[in-house]
Amino acid sequence: MGRKKRSTPEINAGSMADIAFLLLIFFLVTTTMDVDKGLMVKLAPWTDEPPPEDNKIKEKNIFVVLVNSNDQLLVEDDYLSIDQLRGSAKDFINNNGDGTCAECNGLRSPVSSDNPQKAIISLQNDRGTSYQMFVKVRNEILGAYSELRNELSERKYGRSFPTLNEEDRSVIVGIYPQFISEAEPVSVGE
Amino acid sequence: MALIRKKKSKETPPVSTASLPDIVFMLLFFFMVTTTMREVTLLVRLKKPKATEMQKLDRKDLTTYIYMGSPKNPETYGSEPRIQLDDQLGDIGDIQSFVILKREEINEAERPKFTVSIKADIDVKMGLISDLKQELRKAQALKISYSTNPAASPEELYKTY
Repeated sequence: MGRKKRSTPEINAGSMADIAFLLLIFFLVTTTMDVDKGLMVKLAPWTDEPPPEDNKIKEKNIFVVLVNSNDQLLVEDDYLSIDQLRGSAKDFINNNGDGTCAECNGLRSPVSSDNPQKAIISLQNDRGTSYQMFVKVRNEILGAYSELRNELSERKYGRSFPTLNEEDRSVIVGIYPQFISEAEPVSVGE
Repeated sequence: MALIRKKKSKETPPVSTASLPDIVFMLLFFFMVTTTMREVTLLVRLKKPKATEMQKLDRKDLTTYIYMGSPKNPETYGSEPRIQLDDQLGDIGDIQSFVILKREEINEAERPKFTVSIKADIDVKMGLISDLKQELRKAQALKISYSTNPAASPEELYKTY
């Protein structure tokens, strides 16, 4: 028994490729490469005490956007349609009322914002506003900022904002910082 | 000598397929690693809104998803929009503990980058979203993302009104 020399037969590896292909195709089909994209928002930390009443923000520095439960817009006491919002927000941010923003080319209206550092966009919606409308409004406001940053970047560096390096980008963000406030919704009736 | 040389130039050697399994295995491992098998089964109807100004969420391991929409089987869950946390429908009161638990799972150095992605249906009312935002604020999860699908142009967003 022990003397009998048996050579173990070699395993045929010819079908290895087929097996691997089968597995490969399975994982190819099940892989989801989708990347999640969205509008990034930073929320304010939670506080129990109500905000101070005597805040020193001048009314002309706040751009009030109201959305009611029928998804209608009231912007600075004017009825606007959604396609007018972006232009209107841009005019407000870029207004440069006190002339401290050297790079801005706004209208310098005395009743609109002093400079982009002070300009705040306040977005207030009803509890009955649809999420779709909210995202649209939010998108337009973000769009206003990104258009302004892009225009400034083209004037200053001759390139679009997303192609800038970290340093130049922070210069532009310093000139046009984003101040968007999402106020607590009011319930006027759903 | 001359005879050998002549023979070599005439015959094209066959392409070796011995390394084919290796190549295929390499691809296989790549796809095995990138595949995410654990996808949540959606219990709510979800049609995401469209937008143009979105940013990519590149770290999936630092992101927690919260789904919102009308339940797919209204017989069991009713027709009112609900919140889905992982594989079950939750209430607004469950959010804080859910988010805190999810944040505990990632290592401490990267916790400031913790993001909550809100995947809500277009027909959800803002009341529910606001309640969710309040809960997230209480849970100190301040980085959020409103998950959207890309729109071709801003004009596309104006059309429906």
